Amino acid sequence: MKKYSLYLVAILGSVLFLSGCGDQNGKASSNGALASNNAEKVYVAPGEHDEFYAFMSGGYSGNVAVYGLPSGRMFKEIPVFSQFPTNGYGYSEETKPMLETSFGFIPADDSHHPDISQTNGELDGRWLFINGNNTPRIARIDLKTFETAEIIEVPNSAGNHSSSYITENSEYVVAGTRFSVPIPQRDMPIKDYKGNFKGALSFISVEPETGSMDIKFQLIMPGFNYDLSHPGRGKSHGWFFFTTYNTEEANSLLEVNASQNDKDFIAAVNWKKIEEYVENGGGTMVPANYTHNVYSDETHSATSTMKKEVLTVDPTKVPGAIFFMPTPKSPHGVDVNPTGDYIVGNGKLSADLTVFSFDKMIAAIDGKKFDGEAYGLPILKFEDVLAGQVKSGGLGPLHTEFDGQGNAYTTFFISSEVVKWKVGTWEVIDRKPTFYSVGHCMIPGGNSRKPFGKYLVSMNKITKDRYLPTGPELEHSAQLYDISGDKMELIYDFPTHGEPHYAAAIPASILAPKSQKIYKLAENEHPFATKNVSDARIVHDGNEVHVYMAMIRSHFTPDNIEGIKVGDKVYFHITNHEQDFDVPHGFMMIGQKNSGLLIMPGQTKTSVWEPKQEGVWPFYCTDFCSALHQEMQGYVRVSPAKSNIDLSWSLGE
Amino acid sequence: MKIVIRSTVIFFSLLLMACGGKEEKKKEGFSVDREKTKTEKPAEAVAATSTVSPSERVYLENKGVGPIKSVTLSPDIDMALAKKGEETYSQMCMACHRIDKKFIGPAPTGVLKRRSPEWVMNMILNPEVMVKEDPLAKELMAEFNGAPMANQGLTEDQARSILEYFRTLE
Repeated sequence: MKKYSLYLVAILGSVLFLSGCGDQNGKASSNGALASNNAEKVYVAPGEHDEFYAFMSGGYSGNVAVYGLPSGRMFKEIPVFSQFPTNGYGYSEETKPMLETSFGFIPADDSHHPDISQTNGELDGRWLFINGNNTPRIARIDLKTFETAEIIEVPNSAGNHSSSYITENSEYVVAGTRFSVPIPQRDMPIKDYKGNFKGALSFISVEPETGSMDIKFQLIMPGFNYDLSHPGRGKSHGWFFFTTYNTEEANSLLEVNASQNDKDFIAAVNWKKIEEYVENGGGTMVPANYTHNVYSDETHSATSTMKKEVLTVDPTKVPGAIFFMPTPKSPHGVDVNPTGDYIVGNGKLSADLTVFSFDKMIAAIDGKKFDGEAYGLPILKFEDVLAGQVKSGGLGPLHTEFDGQGNAYTTFFISSEVVKWKVGTWEVIDRKPTFYSVGHCMIPGGNSRKPFGKYLVSMNKITKDRYLPTGPELEHSAQLYDISGDKMELIYDFPTHGEPHYAAAIPASILAPKSQKIYKLAENEHPFATKNVSDARIVHDGNEVHVYMAMIRSHFTPDNIEGIKVGDKVYFHITNHEQDFDVPHGFMMIGQKNSGLLIMPGQTKTSVWEPKQEGVWPFYCTDFCSALHQEMQGYVRVSPAKSNIDLSWSLGE
Repeated sequence: MKIVIRSTVIFFSLLLMACGGKEEKKKEGFSVDREKTKTEKPAEAVAATSTVSPSERVYLENKGVGPIKSVTLSPDIDMALAKKGEETYSQMCMACHRIDKKFIGPAPTGVLKRRSPEWVMNMILNPEVMVKEDPLAKELMAEFNGAPMANQGLTEDQARSILEYFRTLE
């Protein structure tokens, strides 16, 4: 009996051992040396830096998370469209205006597609743009500070999905609507959608020096769903391409009703032509309500302005500017290769990839070879513009990126794989599984004329069985492939926060030297800044109390405050006097109903506290700053509403 | 039974103790009346030489560790420069240094009677390294409860102007 159980253990053990040896890279391998080689490729030793910054959208987190490649380490979460308790974004008085919209204060969104600014088609690392999908907005993040600098709302839009892609000199960032809606919005029967709903494609200009955004014009297109977009490159610079689905203009049970047509369209938009039309006085100014929110690094404050009108363009009024290319079948991603020669459209319900030739498209337009029209816009003949098809054998192709060496990489959602193929010959070179249900893939610079084709990251929707379980919800997984050789190699995967849709990455060597380390106290223009500790004071204004406070390792000035009364509204305006890198200080006050603050060196932030109870209440610093961090605290004495105790404050008395 | 009575008495006397005492004691501070243990030996007496606290000690030959190797002071104080220094001082240093009283850090008044100008500038410009490598700076940090001096990112010119301002503080 004893012998028998020993055998059993031995058999079980060897089975476990064997199954442990197979890797999930598609090939069973017990080659330890190879495995450790992969580990070395992603290992970034203590004190060493990653080669790339990857900015991944947070989806329903509304934010952007910054990861290092190849390590997969998350370095920062940048709050964009959502309140962020960590540092008080969207809670502090200075940042609340960033989340203002025509619908009021909106503290959440669904962020989808980040894109890095470019000059001459190459990443310049100045700004990162990202769309808010739900309440249509475009944000600009300053890559010196990794903070959101500006948010512009997009009127006449809904499901701001075909965004926020930029042209090759960052002339425009586009915001295309996924859902068509009545323009202007009005009360009407939903069943009357067809012919009455419209799709707005917004071209937002980017001021070359400051990055400041403004809606230059909105194209009011037929009521299809404009799903994704991509600017032309090189020879196709000046054009923008948008995929559509629901060209049926159905309004219910879209899974079935929006998949009736064998082909939908890629809309090719000659934006230079429309820009010219607008410059010459074309277009119609229409009433609209949308906010423009701008954050200033000088005042450390945001302002929100309501804009009242927007310039719309009827595309039929600009002949030769817009053409439809029939594309099978419910296309999702549209991507242009780095030379700008080819436009790849991926039909979600098609097994093959459709590649159009830009040259053929121009020739067909010049030859006026049209196959009909849709709402007055010419449709090109499929065969006339087709460059080739990639017969992949996969299912559910979504997105394509390029490595700069003539290869393309397409993700397949249904068959959970990345397929590598050759641009021009359309032959499949390699395919690798993903785990599981991959959405976008990303190659650093893959959206530009100069991709850095060393790594590919796939962003997967389903994570089960991949990591330790964390209850019913798992973080999504990103998978890192080494694409420097002929064959892709899956070398690492890591969890990502929120629902990352797309990412943009840039070599650290471009960004790191420009990284801002402190805000100069001398340049602090905040109206409530305390730049000099001798200016620390408290000002009573009705039942508003303004506390001008300074902080430095390891104390607040003042640290004892008396004369606050129940019912007062106390504004703590706190200035961090440090001028040293990486020494933020925190502030939390017992009973504070909004978030705490995290204040950067040289910065001023404001938090409101409304005392409801008499007593002596403490506040303290939340960010460990020195051996005496615990001692960085103070008290506020709160007296009855009618008491006659004078306001007073002190430090060290 | 006896036990019950005894425990009841103890219980109530505990209760009384708990309730006793006024809300606010007039006596300031507190003291602990605890018998000192005899087993631990008192710490070794500090070397007799350092009866003077580090902040009071005169140590003019020490130039400190940092970018400043030598400073030449003109016989007369450059009042314009000192004025600039005062402005910078009051913006960047006052959070921790009051002119003539010990605060978070030492008072600068009379500092040039105790420290070399190089040491002062190195302390301003290079505090992280000074508290690690300069023995006096190390002792000062201990005297001031381990509060590290913040590097305020001043330029050499700004530090020089503050030094000139310190010359006016006698």
